[in-house]
Amino acid sequence: MYKHAMWLLSVLALAVSPALAAEKVKIGFVTTLTTPAAVIGNDMKDAFDLAYEHIGGKMAGLDVEIIYEDDGFKPDIGKQKTDKLVKQDDVHFVTGYIWSHVLLASRKSALDAGKFLISANAGPSQLAGKLCHKNFFNISWQNDQTPMALGEVLNQRGVKSLYIMSPNYAAGKNMVAGVERTFKGAIKGKDMTKWGKDAQLDFSAELAKAKASGADAIFVFYPGKAGGAFVKQYMQAGLNKSMPLYSVYTVDALSLPKFQKAGMKGVLGSLMTQFWSPDMDTPQSKKFVSGFLKKYGRYPSFYAAQSYDAMFFIKSAVEGVNGNLGNMDGMRAAMEKVDFPSVRGKFSMGSNHFPIQNFYLREAAADSAGRWTTKIVSTVFKMHQDVYAKDCKF
Amino acid sequence: MSAMNLRRWLTALCLALFALVPVVAGVFGQPFLLDIFDRIMIISIAAVSLNLIMGYGGMISFGHAAYLGIGAYSIGIPAYYGYYDAALQLPLAIAASALFALVTGYICLRTRGVYFIMITLAFAQMAYFAFISVEEYGGDDGLVIEARSRVPAGVVDLESNVQLYYVVFAVLVGALYLVHRIVNSRFGLVIQGAKDNDERMRAIGFNTFRYRLTCYVIAGAMCGLAGWLLGNFNNFFSPEMIAWTRSGELIFMVVLGGMGSVFGPVLGTVAFIVLEEVLSGFTIYWELIFGAFLILVVVFVRGGLMGMIAKFERPRP
Amino acid sequence: MDWALLVTQILNGLQLGILLFLLAAGLTLVFGIMDFVNLAHGSLYMMGAYFCATLTYALDSFLLAVALSVPLTFAVGIVVEVLVIRHLYRRDHLDHVLATFGLILVFNSSVHMIWGAAGNPIPLPEFLDGRVELLPGVVIPVYRLLIIATGLVTAGAMYYLVQHTRLGMRIRAGASNRDMVGALGVDIKTLFTLVFGLGAAMAGLAGMMIAPITEANIGMGDDILIVAFVVIIIGGIGSVRGAFIAALVVGLIDTMGRAFLDGVLKVFMTIQNAETAAPALSAMLIYILMAAILYFRPQGLFPPKNR
Repeated sequence: MYKHAMWLLSVLALAVSPALAAEKVKIGFVTTLTTPAAVIGNDMKDAFDLAYEHIGGKMAGLDVEIIYEDDGFKPDIGKQKTDKLVKQDDVHFVTGYIWSHVLLASRKSALDAGKFLISANAGPSQLAGKLCHKNFFNISWQNDQTPMALGEVLNQRGVKSLYIMSPNYAAGKNMVAGVERTFKGAIKGKDMTKWGKDAQLDFSAELAKAKASGADAIFVFYPGKAGGAFVKQYMQAGLNKSMPLYSVYTVDALSLPKFQKAGMKGVLGSLMTQFWSPDMDTPQSKKFVSGFLKKYGRYPSFYAAQSYDAMFFIKSAVEGVNGNLGNMDGMRAAMEKVDFPSVRGKFSMGSNHFPIQNFYLREAAADSAGRWTTKIVSTVFKMHQDVYAKDCKF
Repeated sequence: MSAMNLRRWLTALCLALFALVPVVAGVFGQPFLLDIFDRIMIISIAAVSLNLIMGYGGMISFGHAAYLGIGAYSIGIPAYYGYYDAALQLPLAIAASALFALVTGYICLRTRGVYFIMITLAFAQMAYFAFISVEEYGGDDGLVIEARSRVPAGVVDLESNVQLYYVVFAVLVGALYLVHRIVNSRFGLVIQGAKDNDERMRAIGFNTFRYRLTCYVIAGAMCGLAGWLLGNFNNFFSPEMIAWTRSGELIFMVVLGGMGSVFGPVLGTVAFIVLEEVLSGFTIYWELIFGAFLILVVVFVRGGLMGMIAKFERPRP
Repeated sequence: MDWALLVTQILNGLQLGILLFLLAAGLTLVFGIMDFVNLAHGSLYMMGAYFCATLTYALDSFLLAVALSVPLTFAVGIVVEVLVIRHLYRRDHLDHVLATFGLILVFNSSVHMIWGAAGNPIPLPEFLDGRVELLPGVVIPVYRLLIIATGLVTAGAMYYLVQHTRLGMRIRAGASNRDMVGALGVDIKTLFTLVFGLGAAMAGLAGMMIAPITEANIGMGDDILIVAFVVIIIGGIGSVRGAFIAALVVGLIDTMGRAFLDGVLKVFMTIQNAETAAPALSAMLIYILMAAILYFRPQGLFPPKNR
């Protein structure tokens, strides 16, 4: 009797076991689809869907299945969703991740389960250094790099003193550390504001301090909804006349259409650094931007560009082992080679699995059709590697 | 079926199901099932402890999630310095939550009604912002707990998910038994008497303040224990997990399950978490359905799930 | 000490306080008169902001949009009262908290569905978008002054309504002794609905005032609501005057904390730790204030008489 029952159970187990469905490449995508931060998540999801179309839904002849999960902008939910993806759905790759703190919370779940974890946005210093892992890759940038490039721009433009504002979370701290590392002038003041679901959005007290500090320029990092709120108040306070704005990840394809709708001309001409821009002259970027404009009627953000790249990055891994998804070492080696067409053109992977790539100075400007977007002004860093790679030992 | 029996049977059935989850998860290769029920049971312990003060003592705490944080940080902070020993972490979790409950309870219990709700919220918010303000332990980002509490070899190994599961299960059963014993003791009767008519209890000669404070501390320590389990289970804790909405959710689980019934909060937690899992997998607008469900439950179902079940027990008129 | 900066920050604090007052006034009336805890009050604040954003684009006039959005939020308040709130007056506070917690979820999700996830900015007309120099070195955006003025006018109107009209008499009577007012033959049901709508309209107005600064966002009311609760508890439940004073105090404490606390903390700790601790500690200050006031004056600063 007992034997029969066990037999029945094992048959049932086989029937529902995910092992049988292994002819598919399963990709889990964790991003933010609720709360105001869903603007970013939707942009990433749209780009990933577009990439899925562009690869014809196949990698090395295998069907691709994407499972989207919403982290609700909360680290613990992000971790739960990652657990679900690796345990219940048994995905081969987990990617997405807008937020550094969500990624830090989810890291252990994905890696302990023996899956590849590929960040399509967040690049916290910890994961580039001490907490690096052979199965973790970053396909965007290390958080410090973009503000380091900006600090260099400030030096080149003769800015002598700076006021810094940033949200108080993992990425915010990295951004501040980055600009402080390269900027040679004086830091006149710094405000780290509350972040998360109940982020601070009224910056009156901080802007008054910034103004009183008499700094030459102001540096900010306010991704998502806070970016719009900050730029608005910055202009209402009249600081754009006395204290030019240099930003990272604040003025982007998500906020510019809103600024245009609200007629905030003052934002045009503001400078930022980035590894990519929609006007970039690479075949993959052109295909991506025109495809995105056609399908969704708006410019893609850098978040979208990275997600688009993530799909092709994963494809290169699967094709590197001819679809043998059990061959982790083979896939890892394929990804380390960076043998895929990237929207940013040529780049390579550092020893810590973070990209070594160019960084550009961008300017907010109108395109030929009058739509507000960003344009590349100059190249700031050539093939730049983050500073944490030396702390990384697999 | 007689009055008490149906609910007793249900309690036994639920606990038996909980005990079988690892077997089912193992056989069907669905380890995520273990995760969901781990979470359900841990939050259940918190809800059971809240029920002790809220359902039996009439002390509506809008800051009960703070104890989850205190318990979890009692693993996280020592682990940050390399102390993984459960013999340090576990007593620390319980003592720290009991102390927090003692100090805040001493102040909170001087107020009544909505003022009590608000002052417990105030203390929880202070704890929330305190955890955020300490850069060293992760601040807003939360604290990754690299290793679970270490227990001497041969007893249990918490790094094993199944063993951790049964530890959680044992704690839940223990918590239920403890609350059951408390509410049926003389002490429990005083607490319930003070809820209904504090002045009369005092007139009889009971120092109800002391009784209520003791009860409040027991509930706090029990929830701190749940926090210790949660930190171990999650390997991560962030201040977001003790924000006021989380305390609100705990209250809802208790009310949904049925206040003032020992097992009710467990049912409430199961219903709450399962519904959340299912709905959020179904649509990103799941909060709309979930919110409407909450409103309907409050308007139409009195006494929660346990109350509904109790109705079936009585012969219809 | 930089005096111009200090004055600027005091004005910023006042402006935040005024905003809190607009939100808290309705809350304290509903709480005081109906004995109803409404967590969804923040959702009405959000609705006001979204109505105003949509109408500003449709009509190309911010002021006209505000004029229309106030009655719109009033109407939403009435609908909510009739559909949900009305059935819960006789229940205990716990049921209020839970049902309105459900309402928050419903509102947030509905807004996500209707307006999408992106925030809605509200463009201001030219004459409101500038700045004025009030004193030498004290330059304030005109719009922030408008918020202060709107709040003061609303507070004045409230005072007149409550103290000098028939409706106000009933409201005052209701706040002190609900059952007696009902026994005297006042139509309690309509009075309650009206008061709830009035509170909703004021919450909506607060949302409209803040949205040109921060954009209309999903869940924008959830966290400021808790602060509004702190305000009415400190002020004394049911007291509009108490809410006004408490709102200003809380607004000033929060702003001053953000403005100057990091400078103070840097004396004791490293700069990095001070930058992290300062915003959290200044947020904590108001809860410490509330706990202290409840400990010494369990009914708040200005409890309405005869309760």
